[in-house]
Amino acid sequence: MPDLLIELFSEEIPARMQTRAADDLRKLVTDGLVEAGLTYAGAAAFSTPRRLTLSIEGLTAESKAVREERKGPKVGAPDQAIEGFLRGAGVAREDLEVRDDKKGQVYFAVIEKPGRMAADIIAEVLEKTVRNFPWPKSMRWGDGALKWVRPLHSILCILSDEGGAQVVPLDVDGITSGNTTRGHRFLAPDAFSVTNFDDYEAKLKRAKVVLRADERAEAIWHDATHQAFALGLEVVEDRGLLAEVAGLVEWPVVLLGRIDDAFLGLPPEVLQTSMKEHQKFFSVRNPKTGRIERFVTVANMETADQGATILAGNQKVLSARLADAKFFWENDLRVAKEGMQPWLDSLANVTFHNKLGSQKDRIERIAALAREIAPSVGADPDLAEQAARVAKSDLSSEMVYEFPELQGLMGQYYANEAGLEAEVAAACKEHYSPLGPSDDVPTAPVSVAVALADKIDTLTGFWAIDEKPTGSKDPFALRRAALGVIRLVLENNVSGRASSLAVFVERAVVPFVAREVDSAKESLIPLKPVVHDFLAQYDLTEAVERFRDWYGEGNSHFKIKRLVEILDDLLSFFHDRLKVFLRDKGIRHDIIDACIAMPGNDDLTLLVKRAEALAETLATDDGENLIQGFKRANNILTQAEEKDGVEYSYGADIKFAEDDAEKALFAALDAADAKIAPAMKAEDFSTAMTAMAALRGPIDAFFTDVQVNADSEILRRNRLNLLSRIRNICLSVADLTKIEG
Amino acid sequence: MAEKPRSFQEIILRLQTYWASKGCAILQPYDMEVGAGTFHPATTLRALGSKPWAAAYVQPSRRPTDGRYGENPNRLQHYYQYQVLIKPSPPDMQDLYLGSLQAIGIDATVHDIRFVEDDWESPTLGAWGLGWEVWCDGMEVSQFTYFQQVGGHDCKPVSGELTYGLERLAMYVLDIDHVMDMPFNDPDAPIALTYGDVFLQTEQEYARWNFDVADTDVLLQHFVDAEAECQRILEAPADDPKTGRKIIMAHPAYDQCIKASHVFNLLDARGVISVTERQAYIGRVRALAKACADAFVQTEAGGAAA
Repeated sequence: MPDLLIELFSEEIPARMQTRAADDLRKLVTDGLVEAGLTYAGAAAFSTPRRLTLSIEGLTAESKAVREERKGPKVGAPDQAIEGFLRGAGVAREDLEVRDDKKGQVYFAVIEKPGRMAADIIAEVLEKTVRNFPWPKSMRWGDGALKWVRPLHSILCILSDEGGAQVVPLDVDGITSGNTTRGHRFLAPDAFSVTNFDDYEAKLKRAKVVLRADERAEAIWHDATHQAFALGLEVVEDRGLLAEVAGLVEWPVVLLGRIDDAFLGLPPEVLQTSMKEHQKFFSVRNPKTGRIERFVTVANMETADQGATILAGNQKVLSARLADAKFFWENDLRVAKEGMQPWLDSLANVTFHNKLGSQKDRIERIAALAREIAPSVGADPDLAEQAARVAKSDLSSEMVYEFPELQGLMGQYYANEAGLEAEVAAACKEHYSPLGPSDDVPTAPVSVAVALADKIDTLTGFWAIDEKPTGSKDPFALRRAALGVIRLVLENNVSGRASSLAVFVERAVVPFVAREVDSAKESLIPLKPVVHDFLAQYDLTEAVERFRDWYGEGNSHFKIKRLVEILDDLLSFFHDRLKVFLRDKGIRHDIIDACIAMPGNDDLTLLVKRAEALAETLATDDGENLIQGFKRANNILTQAEEKDGVEYSYGADIKFAEDDAEKALFAALDAADAKIAPAMKAEDFSTAMTAMAALRGPIDAFFTDVQVNADSEILRRNRLNLLSRIRNICLSVADLTKIEG
Repeated sequence: MAEKPRSFQEIILRLQTYWASKGCAILQPYDMEVGAGTFHPATTLRALGSKPWAAAYVQPSRRPTDGRYGENPNRLQHYYQYQVLIKPSPPDMQDLYLGSLQAIGIDATVHDIRFVEDDWESPTLGAWGLGWEVWCDGMEVSQFTYFQQVGGHDCKPVSGELTYGLERLAMYVLDIDHVMDMPFNDPDAPIALTYGDVFLQTEQEYARWNFDVADTDVLLQHFVDAEAECQRILEAPADDPKTGRKIIMAHPAYDQCIKASHVFNLLDARGVISVTERQAYIGRVRALAKACADAFVQTEAGGAAA
């Protein structure tokens, strides 16, 4: 059983693509070999900055001969059909056999595929793999047409067994296969030949190339932590960076360097970001002070001076970078100490979106909204408004211009520097959260108020200008914003009539209505004060109504009305995102639908409590059976109502109850009513739903013992009215008609 | 290994000599304000079409937002780039490049030279390529790009492009901590000049003008004018009534595109362009660049049949 070794040697492959590429190489080649009839015992792929390597052990030396019979058309079938069959089977007409079949004589094609030598198959599969490799981005070079991630220089492809190694001949656009490779670009640049994988890996190591990425990463981490430990320091863990750095070197040499004292006063996040983003350095921290004091860089070179020149160079580059950061930081601190006004002013000149005004306009809206939301989240309205006013100021700062990923964090530093309250400063940082589904949700009231106001303003604004997400397109990350709102509301238990999403959104939409009016045609100018007046006095729907009464139906009125419709549309967008969110938490979509159908669905906290209680109830035996009972009651009732053309909703009277089960149901419904009504009022869904589930026994017994459609019309009507009590009680808890199954 | 260079200009001269020895035409800087050596028509336009090309040149470049009043050790609003463009890219392009480092005194056996992924894209030129930034001991010393598209046209054949940030590279080679301290000419010359002697004052003057004084209304008008002129030039019929020849004016039009691009950079430094507007401006410059590229490939130098 021979072993196969393949190496694709190229100019430097981007670090982030290497692991995936090695996997793809293994998969494409092994799949291709297996499809062509070879088998193998094991396969492993490796990558370095300059090579993808695949080692396959125990490959069969040739594929087996295959004999395949295919049944074709009947004898005498039209020529076209026969020719089609010949083409598909790849045989000539005279090779067809005629056999007797149940329906008469039929053509058969017997296709003999002889076994093929492994080398032929490998050459074919490898060429196809190289030509169709799924690089995230690939390129041409010179005057060729072949595409690879960077210019491909050589292909090593050998089959080896006890008898020795043989090159698998192959030519891809002039690159012919061989049995040689090269070592480290500078330390061992000469070509050498190899005979099998073990030989290859060992010779590479002698030529200063560590083939395995995990071995390189381990060596880096080991050396870095040891060097830091010797100085009483620790390396800040960063797995992403470690993987990346391991992909940048074939021969890692870890060097620990000093950060100039002049820069130790910079915030640690700035040091870390600057060193990582620009230099791919690890940060080294003093565990006693928490300060970043040193760095680790990983070279790809062994030098006679033990890396002294390299380290000195890196230190110099870092100093220049940090001098820049310090320049930004000091300039920013000056502005911050004086209250940040120039930043706020300059935001007036920065367009947020051409249809939604400047950043300053946006901040005004968020500040007003944060003030309104504050009481709902237990925040001081003045502080919330103030926080919203300064929360975006760092966008004008030099540091954030250089490192956009530090937005918010710098805001917090600068707000502290400006002498603002700690809660306000914290909001500068936290109001961006949560960014992703796993990001922490702020809980400090001022931060929550600003975070909600920011996101709701963004959503409402883009809805107002009709820039909603469609399909996979969501350029303004509105889905993420909506999920952020949902998580902020739920995790902070924001609830109550004055704290529902509808109320928030309605307030958020007011400035857009005002904007619409302000930008309306000149003929409308005299109307503006009136609209503003109405908006100030009434809620949105009412303001629009009054405006219509006052002005009559008109063009701009409809535009404003469209803005009102945003409320409903945006709310259903929230509900859609909520469904996704809850589905991930294991709550079925029909349960959510049953709760969304209830009034007060713009109070997400309540909505989720209801859904959770319902899910819990439905998970019980009683709950599950109750649904069946409810459905049966509802079906009988609906049919009867349709047939009779009346609604049975009132007046079931126990005095017409004949059967024990019927009487018991009356009693059970009375008891349930007594529990459910107050529980619902107190928004205690689980008590209400437990009481509802308790009806299961009496309902089941009723359906077993009692005939609803009795001969006596009085009895029948009374029983239908009794069913309607079941329906009413159940529907008061959730819209159970939406529950599936 | 040759002796180490002693001044900024010696490094430039050695690069000129090296690339001349490798067969490049040594061109002179383009006489307009550009943000990078790539904007020189010897790169942007010559990367298009099928005709082989090999050129190297110094290009003074301006990046108004990078001005630091001459205080930052290596950030400048005006600096020099060294640019090499070879079409088609030769198979030993990386080795040729490393040879140029050797020529200016970077000994690959004591330094850490790395090719770090950097996909180059110029939204304003409608151009992109794949390649690396080349690091020497953590310092980016060059950009190395295989051009794939320029002005919306596929590059066939592919050009290999090298861009050296000359100040940074020279500071590194000469072991200078602050750019302004770097010897410009030979330190033993009768009148020895540092980089600061030549450029400190101009850095201060331009930083002030770029950031605070440039008249944004005038600049906005310049932008509009350059855009209009570029379009007008390209709309002119190819046949010149005076000479009776077909003369497509790709280069004069491209000059206006360069101008618009630089004015945009100035406006950006003045902080009057928002994130959303930015995209719109870049799109407008790109439209010009594409139109110029479209025109150039119709010309003889652009590979069209004469």
